[in-house]
Amino acid sequence: MVSAMPRANDPTELVSDREAGSDRLPLPNGERELGRALGSGGDPDQTPADDDKTSEHDDAALRQRAWAAAAAVCDPEIPVLTIADLGVLRDVRIQDGVVEAIITPTYSGCPAMQMIALEIEIALERAGFSAPRITTVLSPAWTTDWMTESGSTKLRDYGIAPPVGKAGRRALFGEERVACPHCGSTATTRISEFGSTACKALYRCGACAEPFDYFKCI
Amino acid sequence: MPKPLFDYALRLADNALVLGHRLSEWCGHAPVLEEDLALANMGLDLIGQARSLYGYAGEVEGAGRNEDALAYLRDAGAYRNVLLVEQPNGDFAATMMRQLMYAAFAHPYCEALRQSRDGTLAAIAAKSAKELAYHVRHAAEWVIRLGDGTADSHRRAQDALDELWPYTGELFEADDIERALIADGIAVDPETVRAAWQRTMEDVAGEATLILPRSGWMQSGGRTGRHSEHLGHILSEMQFLQRAYPGARW
Repeated sequence: MVSAMPRANDPTELVSDREAGSDRLPLPNGERELGRALGSGGDPDQTPADDDKTSEHDDAALRQRAWAAAAAVCDPEIPVLTIADLGVLRDVRIQDGVVEAIITPTYSGCPAMQMIALEIEIALERAGFSAPRITTVLSPAWTTDWMTESGSTKLRDYGIAPPVGKAGRRALFGEERVACPHCGSTATTRISEFGSTACKALYRCGACAEPFDYFKCI
Repeated sequence: MPKPLFDYALRLADNALVLGHRLSEWCGHAPVLEEDLALANMGLDLIGQARSLYGYAGEVEGAGRNEDALAYLRDAGAYRNVLLVEQPNGDFAATMMRQLMYAAFAHPYCEALRQSRDGTLAAIAAKSAKELAYHVRHAAEWVIRLGDGTADSHRRAQDALDELWPYTGELFEADDIERALIADGIAVDPETVRAAWQRTMEDVAGEATLILPRSGWMQSGGRTGRHSEHLGHILSEMQFLQRAYPGARW
């Protein structure tokens, strides 16, 4: 719960940057494109037809840049994973020069969502997108199947066993065979269905005796 | 027809919020640390589900009430949860039994609600169903461990089953509001999940060496706002801040 509290320094930094200089954050490469997409700048030599093509091209480039900025935001509770690794970031759209990031919660009560939304907003503002919109969607419901391969590897390296197999209907009884992220042994036992967060269960390895978190299939 | 849909979403939300709040009362008091975490996590799932449902109910109502207004500014008589979820935590066996009774109902119910013609309810249900699958499993394992455990834990589990059983009938009630929504393909007919619920209860009771009571006289009233004395006490704690400092925010 504590980790879900917004860090005070980030928003403050943003405010003081604004007070110190212009009301827009420094933009090494982005300002021109953004200005064009917003329709406030643009090259006076261009014909309207060229303008259309360019703005289409710019939208794609802008979207890519916005995606990269949002995708780099880390999960506050599992900081080795980005929200793109987790599949929490569903889409980034640009419409009429306004960027919109679409996110979905892992669990209905995930306390990290507000923090994630705030971090995305800050990341997008830093990348030069003013007043970004963050939209939360519930459908389709998030599944561990969306976790990327690199996400699984990063989780294991971090000491959390990644989800085993595909999410699907579960039996009332029965257990997955979870490999220990430390020694690889599958001689593990579940201690509790719920670990440090709702998305994890607590396990213990019989071979190396280490306890570890397992990222549950859902 | 906004009113029936509002009522329906509110009932689902009230069930989730009141049970979620009950589970949160265990925070710092559970018998072992793992269970303290598990109960808090399940409470969080339920409160998260309630938030989505309240948000939608407020939207449907169109009167400017948001999730906070619906949760904090209604008195007991306006709450529409079933009596089961407001029953006191009791001992750990009572909490686990109540959790099993609710989750074994809510899980198949939400699975069915995924097919609702109402897209928002279907989306919330799809998410909730995944979470509730873990609640069923967790509660079932504990009921078995307690029922098939020591003489003391067996007695406590059987007592909890007997005492809470009369509150399970209300889970399957449907009134005219719901029947209209069921006919429209928006709501789920709770009777359609009775068999699944009964099977889970029988399987778990069998493993736990507990005797399932015969269906007899059942308590009723929560869904129409006639609550036990317990709900007022829950609300007096849960709503304290908004009552003492109206409009307080952080």
